[in-house]
Amino acid sequence: MARKVVITGLGATTPIGGDVPTMWANALKGVSGARTIEADWVAEYELPVTFAAQVSTPASEVLSRVEAKRMDPSTQFAVIAAREAWRDSGIEEVDHDRFAVAFATGIGGVWTLLDAWDTLRAKGPRRVLPMTVPMLMPNGPAAAVSLDLGARAGAHTPVSACASGTEALHQGLELIRSGKADVVMCGGAEAAIHPMPIAAFASMQALSRRNDDPEHASRPYDVDRDGFVMGEGAGALLLEAEEHALARGAKIYGELAGTSVTADAYHITAPDPGGLGATRALKAAMFDARVQPSDIVHVNAHATSTPVGDQPEYVALKTALGNQVESVAVSATKSQTGHLLGASGAVEAVMTVLAVYERRAPVTINLENQDPQIPLDVVTSARDLPSGDVVALSNSFGFGGHNAVIVVKNV
Amino acid sequence: MASNEEILAGLAEIVNEETGLAPESVETDKSFTDDLDIDSISMMTIVVNAEEKFGVRIPDEEVKNLKTVGDAVNFIANAQS
Repeated sequence: MARKVVITGLGATTPIGGDVPTMWANALKGVSGARTIEADWVAEYELPVTFAAQVSTPASEVLSRVEAKRMDPSTQFAVIAAREAWRDSGIEEVDHDRFAVAFATGIGGVWTLLDAWDTLRAKGPRRVLPMTVPMLMPNGPAAAVSLDLGARAGAHTPVSACASGTEALHQGLELIRSGKADVVMCGGAEAAIHPMPIAAFASMQALSRRNDDPEHASRPYDVDRDGFVMGEGAGALLLEAEEHALARGAKIYGELAGTSVTADAYHITAPDPGGLGATRALKAAMFDARVQPSDIVHVNAHATSTPVGDQPEYVALKTALGNQVESVAVSATKSQTGHLLGASGAVEAVMTVLAVYERRAPVTINLENQDPQIPLDVVTSARDLPSGDVVALSNSFGFGGHNAVIVVKNV
Repeated sequence: MASNEEILAGLAEIVNEETGLAPESVETDKSFTDDLDIDSISMMTIVVNAEEKFGVRIPDEEVKNLKTVGDAVNFIANAQS
């Protein structure tokens, strides 16, 4: 019998709240984190997209100046979220050699990398600061969280584009089940609201162009969806072996009952139109969790608001869940937060855990005319989940054909 | 050209910016590593910033000889003259 793994601490810094209580209150209310970007570089480079969902509480308001100076923004977000999850767990003592980190990012230290390149070109190699390498490396967030909390059972960095944050939970579950760790700080962080990634995502036609109305731009499942909205931030979840959590009398939010990761092997960016890779991920995750489609009551969907992405996810859900798909309350929270890329899975996992714990499904905003090709039961005002045992799923898919799914059960 | 006092004040500002240490704790007899707890990466950042501020070049092989704040002040003063 595999070890049971439970969630005992939550942290987040997002466009709709700088901590979990604020984010969750907003997620149930239904607010948009998207705004016009107030930076000179938007006009300077004539960017085709002029808005994004930036964190609601700047990292500089949370971290000291010296601390922030040595971290890329992605690492700053990771440390802020992980510290909140750590405090929230109430954990006082931990065997540091049995404590691991699995903290993902999709892109990593892109601000640091490109700032250093600008410095090199403008001022020469001598001015490229010695902290550049540790700040730009994609394992920077995981390493900083490990250093900050004293986690010595390995600091891992799953990188699978927009599935990264969910894959971190997969890795955390495996670390505890296999006996390599008792406690794992999992999460994802991203800070890519920089002119180059905006230009690149816009170039592949992935971003919404609703520049005159940012708050209504992220509209998963709506017939007028025209792309995702870039978000930034981090989510963090403290996983513990159940016996470890029980021994210290911890507050337990829920069980991470199963996970799965699959690859489409279909196209480098386009989702498999039949949703086959996603279907296999959904089925594998439910099998891993020993649950049936009829147990599922809530899905936090990947649903990025792109014309080509939302529909195949529906096909996958329908195939994997069968008739149960009609009875599942689906939340597309990227409508509020924007798309946090490698952090999105972690932030959505926090929301999924809270949905199960508080029996409330968060809101999908901006759904005015639901795409008839996607007849899901979408939660547009906060809704109670049933009493009794409940199971929820959270999906994440990434460029490269990555699919990751987690299964959360009440305890 | 800056006086030794001005160089010390400028260095203290750079050290404060990099490490958060109070500028008044940056005194000539203090060792960068033993007293101020400055690691090699911070030291290189301080050196690069000092080069920019004082318009001097501090060769990499010279950095290991700058044990104390006073060593750095003297090196910069000599380099400027």
